[in-house]
Amino acid sequence: MAEKILMKGNEALAEAAIMAGCRHYFGYPITPQTEVAAYMAKRMPRIGGTFLQAESEIAAINMVIGAAAAGKRSMTSSSSPGISLKSEGISYMAGCDLPGLIVNVQRGGPGLGGIQPSQSDYFQATRGGGHGDYHLLVLAPNSVQEMADLVFKGFDMSEKYRIPCMLLADGTMGQMMEPVALPERSAETIDKPWALTGTEGKRKPNIINSLALAPHELEEWNLERFKRYDIIRETEQMSESYLMDDAEICVVAFGIAARVSQNAVDTARAMGIKAGMIRPITLWPFPEKALKTAADQCKAFVSVELNMGQMIEDVKLSIECCKPVSLCCRTGGMIPTPDEVVAAIVKANEGGKQA
Amino acid sequence: MIVFEKPKALTDAPLHYCPGCTHGIIHRLVAEAMDSLDITGRTIGVASVGCSVFTYNYFNCDMVQAAHGRAPAVATGLKRADPSKIIFTYQGDGDLASIGTAETVHSAARGENITIIFVNNAIYGMTGGQMAPTSLPGQVTQTSPYGRDVNTVGYPVRICEMLSTLDGPCYLERVAVNNVKNVRHAKKAIEKAFRNQVEGKGFSLIEVISTCPTNWGKTPQAALEWAEQNMIPYYPLGVYKDKYSEEAGK
Repeated sequence: MAEKILMKGNEALAEAAIMAGCRHYFGYPITPQTEVAAYMAKRMPRIGGTFLQAESEIAAINMVIGAAAAGKRSMTSSSSPGISLKSEGISYMAGCDLPGLIVNVQRGGPGLGGIQPSQSDYFQATRGGGHGDYHLLVLAPNSVQEMADLVFKGFDMSEKYRIPCMLLADGTMGQMMEPVALPERSAETIDKPWALTGTEGKRKPNIINSLALAPHELEEWNLERFKRYDIIRETEQMSESYLMDDAEICVVAFGIAARVSQNAVDTARAMGIKAGMIRPITLWPFPEKALKTAADQCKAFVSVELNMGQMIEDVKLSIECCKPVSLCCRTGGMIPTPDEVVAAIVKANEGGKQA
Repeated sequence: MIVFEKPKALTDAPLHYCPGCTHGIIHRLVAEAMDSLDITGRTIGVASVGCSVFTYNYFNCDMVQAAHGRAPAVATGLKRADPSKIIFTYQGDGDLASIGTAETVHSAARGENITIIFVNNAIYGMTGGQMAPTSLPGQVTQTSPYGRDVNTVGYPVRICEMLSTLDGPCYLERVAVNNVKNVRHAKKAIEKAFRNQVEGKGFSLIEVISTCPTNWGKTPQAALEWAEQNMIPYYPLGVYKDKYSEEAGK
């Protein structure tokens, strides 16, 4: 295990991306993720990489498309309003089957919203965000350590399946400092015969494209992609269970909401309530299997979120609404207190309906 | 002795363009430049959105299709990923001068070492003839049915003139392909725009005055004449910036 050092989440993420072999970063300043760009601006020129401050979020994601098309590990990072601007490019990446990492250090919305932590881009991330029939791989870190670890995972999965990956953090994850052991591993190298590297007169041209005017052809492309989505749903669900062995009340939370909820679960246990928590790490694919298993033993679920209730829909779908699911949430950049989550657990335990 | 043959940098795919459209000539000139500089094997092209969306079927090199207006940003990513490759975009006026203005201006300002072929025919062709950023004052289109009224929709954008105010670009020239003389000159300009990149000189953009007989509602011959009489006076041909010859002249 590498020595632990104290780092800000955004910086740990940036350094991990470099360690994972990313040498092409394109971004645009926006709070609360600007440290990623600042870190890359310092590091990339020293290691022969590219840091480029684009003229817009739109340009940045399209630069990622260019570098990814050339077969290079590339990334961009932003925060909520910026991700909306990138959504066109993300849809093109999905349609072109291009890998790449998009980091969203979420802030409150809609509109210009605020700059405090939020999870209100859950729908946008897990449902694709842009136009068309597609998904992103969506990873949700809940510590500075995971800000680093999931970058490796994200790049690897993205290239393996040729699906863009979104690391969905929140302002807290980006801004807080924690001890982190940067992963001691080198980047996976994946063969990319589809990459645009020049024919050198030795092969037919490679074409990267999302246009198919014949509807049967476009349907075929989409069906092929959905076969990959099926494999991912089957094999890549990730979650962490906390005190779930005998749990009767299952809290579901990710990111900073999971950190708060863990304290609340401890408090509820001290009060004699058999509470536990499932923390989704992959938001897409959503850990349906873990939720479904929990539904066999638990009498109620509590979804804790920094939005007006978005993940709760996936919780209900996963357990096919067979148990009551209540919501404990704050929005606009506010974070629920442990006491608020405890109250929601108590209410769920007493058989209360929607909190 | 072969005196005329198809450039090797073009594939055998039949072009889908309307009869009389000058895209075919411009494709050929780009391919001839690639042949002449022997760069096809290390060239990556960026197709845009508009009539030229299918260029990825026509050039015999690696190609990527970009979102509307974003080709210069995609080209920037490609070039930064591997500066040894030759990167070009092929864009129309709606793509380059309207929805993609920011990408155009900033790739030029950065002096990206890429080549842009900008086809200006003063109309949106693929969507059926709407007003373009380069449509002339008074020009009748589907979305300016009474003629472009500059009092309500403003004036056309002259890209070469605008970009020439920047320090970033290396080479900006406006050419036309409406007659043999202009085609021969356009060929030289396009080749130079690619050679600049090979030599690492920086951003080159060639604006090509083109025609759209279908959406202009003219015969191919009349369209060529209309370009001569109306477009070229508004968009004067010539070199708008040539950094290296300017420096040599100092």
